[in-house]
Amino acid sequence: MLAAFFRTPRKAASAAREYLPAALLLILLIAGWEAWVRAFDTKPYILPAPSRVWSAFLDVRSQIPGHARTTLVEALLGLTIGAGIGVTLAALLSAMPLLRRVLYPLLVISQTIPMVVLAPLLIAWFGFGMTPKIVVVALIAFFPIAVSTADALTGADREMVGLVRSMGAGRLQVLRYVLFPAALPAFFAGLKIAAAYAVAGAVIGEWVGASSGLGLFITRSQRAFRVDQIFVAVAFVAFASVALFAAVHVLSRLALPWMYAHEEESES
Amino acid sequence: MQAEGIELHRLSHVFTTRRQSVAALDGVDLSVAAGRFVSVVGPSGCGKSTILRILAGLLVPTAGEALVRGETASGRPGLVAYMPQKDLLLPWRRALANASLGAEIAGVPTRDARRRALELFGAFGLSGFEHSWPVQLSGGMRQRLALLRTFLIPSPVMLLDEPFGALDAITRRQMQQWLQQVLARESRTVLLVTHDVEEALVLSDEVYVMSPRPGRMAARVAVPFERPRQPGLVTAPAFVALKADLLAALDAGASSGSPCEPAV
Repeated sequence: MLAAFFRTPRKAASAAREYLPAALLLILLIAGWEAWVRAFDTKPYILPAPSRVWSAFLDVRSQIPGHARTTLVEALLGLTIGAGIGVTLAALLSAMPLLRRVLYPLLVISQTIPMVVLAPLLIAWFGFGMTPKIVVVALIAFFPIAVSTADALTGADREMVGLVRSMGAGRLQVLRYVLFPAALPAFFAGLKIAAAYAVAGAVIGEWVGASSGLGLFITRSQRAFRVDQIFVAVAFVAFASVALFAAVHVLSRLALPWMYAHEEESES
Repeated sequence: MQAEGIELHRLSHVFTTRRQSVAALDGVDLSVAAGRFVSVVGPSGCGKSTILRILAGLLVPTAGEALVRGETASGRPGLVAYMPQKDLLLPWRRALANASLGAEIAGVPTRDARRRALELFGAFGLSGFEHSWPVQLSGGMRQRLALLRTFLIPSPVMLLDEPFGALDAITRRQMQQWLQQVLARESRTVLLVTHDVEEALVLSDEVYVMSPRPGRMAARVAVPFERPRQPGLVTAPAFVALKADLLAALDAGASSGSPCEPAV
């Protein structure tokens, strides 16, 4: 799979060149942060230095994998369920204009409810296990996927639909040959946005009440005034989010080869 | 009556929008016998494409009859091989998969449909590009691929809507020559719509001239030259005289109808 992404060593080198500035900036920011804390002698419960966060990480190293696994599983399951709901909704909304008019405003309203308000309710309904967290992630994830996919389905080229209909295609064939592939790029665009928020969503769900997860770890650290440990958890949340985002990006490249046909041309 | 070809009887169509209704076709009669090549010329945006969309089953006419091989085509897609004005290649299918699209939709097993398409790639000047994406093809190649796709739709009746309209004059002449060669090998019943009088004369057995909106048949001209025709024919006196007749018929039609606007 990765071989398709980094097809040649030259391509890997060019990828390194592409991400080098971002990496340098990150290093620079961390160095500046360390210098700031040392120069102004900032208290660790206000802002711990990166070096202190690192030593905190070494202290809690053994606890992190268990919590991270819980959060990641919640994020992945929530994202998958959210994507399924999003695509189903998009198909229904684009197929039935009446449903679109009735349901679309409700979907938008559903996104205006703050998750921190909803999360305790979900725990009351679904208990302290993974379920309420998965629901939170799915609620966050379905929306960008449903909206972008529905718009792409309704905006698909009418003339292309006409062409395959002239060939005798039925509704399902129109969906298979034109609408589905036409909406695929928009689906992945929505999935990328959802992936970026999925881990943070799971953490919010855990924050309110959980028996495991990075959100629980953050709450505990907060109670102990261990700001350095909070930073450790935040770093993991960020890392997991970036990894998930990158995974969706690779997936979309593999699923949409025609979108990258120009690159294929310049390579040969 | 030719049951195997195309028949239009008093075909009329009115486009109705919320604010106005526009008569696109008004009592059009036309017939194409099996294996014949017939063209319809007329000013742009005046109902020519509407005829093809009705025959392709995409549009139900307001009045009249449209028959393909004896069956009524209105509201019944799948009877003809229709090539719209734009090539409409599906960007997510490689050239080969685009070519075999019609056959696959008609239920031919994918493997057989692709094998048959592959056999014709050479004849359509596309060898070596079987696995290219449509965006990687030039305008002429895209048009040939769209034509190949149309040829591979399992119907002997072809409807071509300005197939070379988007091409430059030189490529266009090459494509006309080449279409004749392909048709000599694989015979089809063809109804071509164009605004290019010379193209209609080079390719057809018969040319109908349409008046501007509402579209009526203003004239019908038989083209006596043997098919396939040589490129030099266009400067032959008999050809030039026929072209003058057609242009005169077009001008006469244009003065009788209302001025033309792009179709809605």
